[in-house]
Amino acid sequence: MNMSFADVMMQLFRQHLAVLPVLLPSFTAMLMLLIGDRDSLPRLRRIALVSVALGLMFALKLAMEADDGVLRVYRVGDWPAPFGIVLVIDRLSALMLVLTQAVALPVLFYASGGWDSHGRHFHALFQFQLMGLNGAFVTGDLFNLFVFFEVLLIASYVLLLHGQGRERFRVGVQYVAINLAASALFLIGVALIYATVGTLNMADLAQRVPLVSGDDAVVLKAAALILLVVFGVKAAILPLHLWLPSTYAAASAPVAALFAIMTKVGVYSILRVHGVIFGADAGASALTVEPWLLPLALGTSVLAVFGMLAAHTLPRMVAYMTVASVGTILAALGLFSEAAWSAALYYMAHSTLIIAALFLLVELVSAQRGDAADRLEAGPAVAQPALLGLLMLLGAASAAGLPPLPGFIGKLMVLQASSGHEAQTWVWTVVLLVGFLTLIGLARAGSVLFWSVRPGVDDSGTSAGASPRLVLATVSLIGAGVLMSVLAGPLKRYTDAAAVQLVDRRAYQEAVLGAAGAQTTQPYVFPRPASEGAH
Amino acid sequence: MSLFANISMEFLVASGIGWVTACGVYLMLRGRSFPVVLGLTLLGYAVNIFIFVMGRLWSAAPPILGQGDVQADPLPQALVLTAIVIGFATTGFVIELALRSRAESGTDHVDGREPGA
Repeated sequence: MNMSFADVMMQLFRQHLAVLPVLLPSFTAMLMLLIGDRDSLPRLRRIALVSVALGLMFALKLAMEADDGVLRVYRVGDWPAPFGIVLVIDRLSALMLVLTQAVALPVLFYASGGWDSHGRHFHALFQFQLMGLNGAFVTGDLFNLFVFFEVLLIASYVLLLHGQGRERFRVGVQYVAINLAASALFLIGVALIYATVGTLNMADLAQRVPLVSGDDAVVLKAAALILLVVFGVKAAILPLHLWLPSTYAAASAPVAALFAIMTKVGVYSILRVHGVIFGADAGASALTVEPWLLPLALGTSVLAVFGMLAAHTLPRMVAYMTVASVGTILAALGLFSEAAWSAALYYMAHSTLIIAALFLLVELVSAQRGDAADRLEAGPAVAQPALLGLLMLLGAASAAGLPPLPGFIGKLMVLQASSGHEAQTWVWTVVLLVGFLTLIGLARAGSVLFWSVRPGVDDSGTSAGASPRLVLATVSLIGAGVLMSVLAGPLKRYTDAAAVQLVDRRAYQEAVLGAAGAQTTQPYVFPRPASEGAH
Repeated sequence: MSLFANISMEFLVASGIGWVTACGVYLMLRGRSFPVVLGLTLLGYAVNIFIFVMGRLWSAAPPILGQGDVQADPLPQALVLTAIVIGFATTGFVIELALRSRAESGTDHVDGREPGA
């Protein structure tokens, strides 16, 4: 009885910190469903903001703890791995958690300015979406990754329809159909991996995949490529990106801004599964996706930037920019080196923040353009040209990669990391060309929006200006993006260490499975690690 | 009888899964939302059986240790339960979504308008 209540709570907090990013949004969402959203919107907004702010603090705490290089393994129900599900927090997971919460907080603040009243249960679904995202980033089990994918997808199906309308239902049907087909492929890939290796725990997989050879290795490679298709649909790689522009363009602004992080779930999964488990040390199935990833990623960037130049509406333009940025990130992943992965992580964090900000910004601009709305044509003058123009300039310069903004640093890191690689010429050409064309596209959009004022238009219908809340939300996202260039030094150290930690498979296995490795008994024979005795 | 006597259970199950998958993919590629939903459902069934047989086919083998000489692998059976639950929920949602889309756009075509209209 020596311990005070506060000490007990503190100890519980430390012990269960790793699972809190999943539990917090889950309980918040359930609480919101109990409260209902008929007459209690202000209360729901307060609860949601407090919950997401708490989530951001937990994520930052986890990132600071992860930065000492120790992997934090949380055994759900205290079952030892690989029998139970483990959550593993390394630098990469913690970074993704921080990024998710850092995007979610301003977006939620923006949505609380009115969008959340355009349909029911917005806040509960938002929390379920966060639960799925956070869960996907912390889980150490491939099937559990599938489950969290489904959680975030089911929430996203409904969030996409938020506000309703014919166009949203039209793209909604297509979005749900393509994601259900992708989920079926995910299950096929996971089942094939289980059939050949006999485990789905990521640490155990990294240990056993290198031991597979012969016919089984062919099946395993097929599974790896099937999973590349699945994650490619989520991340929107070249032939699988067609669903993204119309979906993101049709979604309401805060939902599209939150979806900016969804493509990164695909990127994250490719890094975890294809970068590490099927990475350079994976024996017969090593680097299965290497011949595919880099060419497809570069193609994605080029095609997306042309789509961006051809877009007639602002949200569609930003949606294509999402695809272009994913192409650049995946190109860096496809170089399969620690320096390139570090560059990819830095660029991913920055581009997610900026694209989320641009989705919000284009809605602010559209709202002040009367009947021209979000179409890229001459329209009435906006009410706040200086403020919105400056934000557009910052966002555009950052997305295109002009110094000294973080987009420039990220792209420079990618270019540096590609030097010496056999595809260096292609990477340099594509990254620089895409940056240049992005700049042209955004400069054209900016001049149409702010300078081509249609004469003789009655301005009385346009709004007086965006509310301070909406502007503050957008500014804080762009500000977070710009802050990344101020903090580039520490951030690069962190992403460098994260990439090195990813490659260190032995430390990951020891943290999850213990020094002795997994002691499992199976009814039929799988290749076994040497450390393990016969069953 | 003698014609089928040599066909293994593995062959029957594998070709059955293949046939259901093929039907599912065919229906999924149709232009109307009802066949698409049916196709997704069929694909879901095929995938569920696929996961189940990835633990190999066993006869008279309980998925519990110490209950006999051979044991079936319990893990795929647990995985397929999860997959069934998720598949059931998403099917319910996609049917409702297709109905709403039909009501909003006045057509059951997946593009939201009749071809050529």
